[in-house]
Amino acid sequence: MDLSLTTRQEGNHTVVVVGGEIDVYTAPKLREQLIELVSGGSYHLVVDMEGVEFLDSTGLGVLVGGLKRVRAHEGSLRLVCTQERILKIFRITGLTKVFPIHSSIEEALAASE
Amino acid sequence: MPTVELRFAALNGHVRTARMIATAVSRRAGIPAGAADEIKLAVTEACARAVRVNRRHAPDSPVHVALVDTPDTFTITVADCGRPGDEVAPGPDGGLVTASTLLDLEPEAADPPWWSDTSDDDSAEDSAGFPPGLGLALIEGLVDEVEISRGPDGVGTVVAMTWHTGVEAAPYKTAR
Repeated sequence: MDLSLTTRQEGNHTVVVVGGEIDVYTAPKLREQLIELVSGGSYHLVVDMEGVEFLDSTGLGVLVGGLKRVRAHEGSLRLVCTQERILKIFRITGLTKVFPIHSSIEEALAASE
Repeated sequence: MPTVELRFAALNGHVRTARMIATAVSRRAGIPAGAADEIKLAVTEACARAVRVNRRHAPDSPVHVALVDTPDTFTITVADCGRPGDEVAPGPDGGLVTASTLLDLEPEAADPPWWSDTSDDDSAEDSAGFPPGLGLALIEGLVDEVEISRGPDGVGTVVAMTWHTGVEAAPYKTAR
């Protein structure tokens, strides 16, 4: 199972829908996507993790890197995730304190208003 | 004797190979889905760490993984060929300290945690993807028992991870 990435614009937000496995092998693809978006002036990102089947610490590092980049432009990076096995990883690493985590894209967009 | 043993070249792509094998073995052992997810992630972190360590110090040496399934436990050991101190710092008494002391994730930590670093220098993130020790911290959060020790002859590090499964009737066991 590889990583799939699609992006779309919702107002002034860019929604990144991630699917598949984010691991040490595929994380560079996600990192490049986030760098490209920020370089292109997208500073408000919503990353939809609902289709993610596997996430490791490399993937967490890429998300943190993305957050640092958007923050440098006073932007935001919100996550959409309801999967318990993924949420658990954010809890163990203390990252629930760093990322706003929402149960739907609509909720993430509303919270960002 | 391990249930399944695996040696693989220190390449990131093979971390996935190890993960698939661990998943298959845990499934065959009748381990419930929740614990199987933990096993999958923990073995990934341990193998990714071992690959980094070997690539730094012994790129031609393989990573060694052993999976042992018993009626009450499921144990995975991952051994690298690095030097002492690679992502597992030697403690004051010369012994090994574990990840929780390397990575203080408590809110009252004196130094700001790694993720609050707002400096422009993200070279560490770009090279490794995360600070050293995060993988081990994840392992400690996922595994029932973690033991980190030096390898035989003092070479490398062995990360031993044990889950108390207590699976009473895995299908292949009752079939005997």
